[in-house]
Amino acid sequence: MSMFRLASIKSSEITPREIFQARRKIIKASLGLTAAALLPTAAHAEKKPFEAVPIGPYSGDFPVTDYEDVTHYTNYYEFTTNKTGPTMLAQALKTEPWQVEVSGEVEKPGVYHLEDILKKNSLQERIYRFRCVEAWSMVVPWIGFPLSDMLKTFKPTSRAKFVEFTTVYQPENMPGQRSKSLDWPYTEGLRIDEAMHPLSFIATGMYDDELPKQNGAPLRLVVPWKYGFKSIKAIVKIRFTETMPQTAWHKAAPDEYGFYANVNPNVPHPRWSQARERILGAGLFASKRDTEMFNGYAEHVAYLYKGMDLSRYI
Amino acid sequence: MRLKKPHWLAIKAVVFFVSLWPLVQLIIDGMNDGLGANPVETLHLTLGRWALRFLCLTLALTPLRRLSSQSWPLRFRRMLGLFTFFYASLHLLVFLWLDIEFSWHYFRQEVADTPYLLLGLATYCLLLPLALTSTVNMQIRLGRYWKTLHKLIYPAAILALLHYFMLVKSDLNQPLIYAAVIFILLVVRIQSKRIA
Repeated sequence: MSMFRLASIKSSEITPREIFQARRKIIKASLGLTAAALLPTAAHAEKKPFEAVPIGPYSGDFPVTDYEDVTHYTNYYEFTTNKTGPTMLAQALKTEPWQVEVSGEVEKPGVYHLEDILKKNSLQERIYRFRCVEAWSMVVPWIGFPLSDMLKTFKPTSRAKFVEFTTVYQPENMPGQRSKSLDWPYTEGLRIDEAMHPLSFIATGMYDDELPKQNGAPLRLVVPWKYGFKSIKAIVKIRFTETMPQTAWHKAAPDEYGFYANVNPNVPHPRWSQARERILGAGLFASKRDTEMFNGYAEHVAYLYKGMDLSRYI
Repeated sequence: MRLKKPHWLAIKAVVFFVSLWPLVQLIIDGMNDGLGANPVETLHLTLGRWALRFLCLTLALTPLRRLSSQSWPLRFRRMLGLFTFFYASLHLLVFLWLDIEFSWHYFRQEVADTPYLLLGLATYCLLLPLALTSTVNMQIRLGRYWKTLHKLIYPAAILALLHYFMLVKSDLNQPLIYAAVIFILLVVRIQSKRIA
């Protein structure tokens, strides 16, 4: 964004809209494609591999954030605690071969190859708001599949009350894991009803393209009504549990980060307000946006927390 | 060779323009899409970091004079002190203008209960009288009180550090480096006072 560009003419509101509409035209012709059919090959250098992926339900009609901003501003403490560093550093991450270990309260535990997971799930696009606990936000067109579709293939038992996710531990390629900024490997968790909610999504791509490494390749979670740190990147383990799993940020600062971490403008972080958010790419003179309850997804998810005091269950 | 007045003027001019460079760099970046996805944050944090760096430089001059037994470091004390204030002012201005939008409502909502922001404001309140009394004229008029007043730089340095420590989420490396530098600069003072 140029410093002197008028705030009212955001570039993020112009270009992506055209892409967005062009994409819609392709959709109808291409329903029913599966992940396997769309696996990228070297020949796809020009054409983006997921251009034909249809838009799924719950996808919003918001102006999409510039790809450049989404790929150059990430919190990925496994590499560095600054936001521009992971763009370069993450390229060292080894993502092939990739396996996901499924364990705990499931009928089909085991080590699954990424290709096998992708084969079983058809891809769709979800344009979601993404709100970081640091009070900035963006809108990302993710490519992937509902988390519930994937979890159901592992057949969780009735004792599975929670799901725990773990990020890859690769200290030789992830310099941040060699320091103690967090207790590695990074873990996150969801209550089973949150995990099975149709909004919860597994992303394997974005912007019609493969998921960049700094954005969580090859497999990441996206939970749009929760603060971004819940949306764990580079998942290698999924464990179904009867008790609430420990999460990385909760371990680091229990009074600041709870298990739920639902976006809530009325409950400030102990050290800063959550009432408004800075929109990435909006430019120097753009106002912040009022943060919405559950990041704008209240109509879909508020019922999950009925009767819970959300100022206590942070 | 002994440097004469014109030499010192030239050297001071060089230091002055070098000290302006961080601001020039931000303006160049701003005009070339170089401030990243969150330009307000980039401006705000960069200006704050430079204010802290100039504070460290200012605090380094007195120990430098003692260690070198030369008086030249003191010639730069006012200028570097004022650059500390200059970058702190821009840091605050960016916050009040681009974040708070000069709105009392947002100020109450986002600052009033936020300790690290209040600490930042307190730091600025300590620096303000130092900048206002930085002229030779004020130095003469205040006499012996001037020196006492300017000891406010020490609590200001400590508040600035706290302000920094409280805003980071988990990685304390950066503020720890500044804390170490300021700690050394303060300890050196106490030590050399004892020896004297």
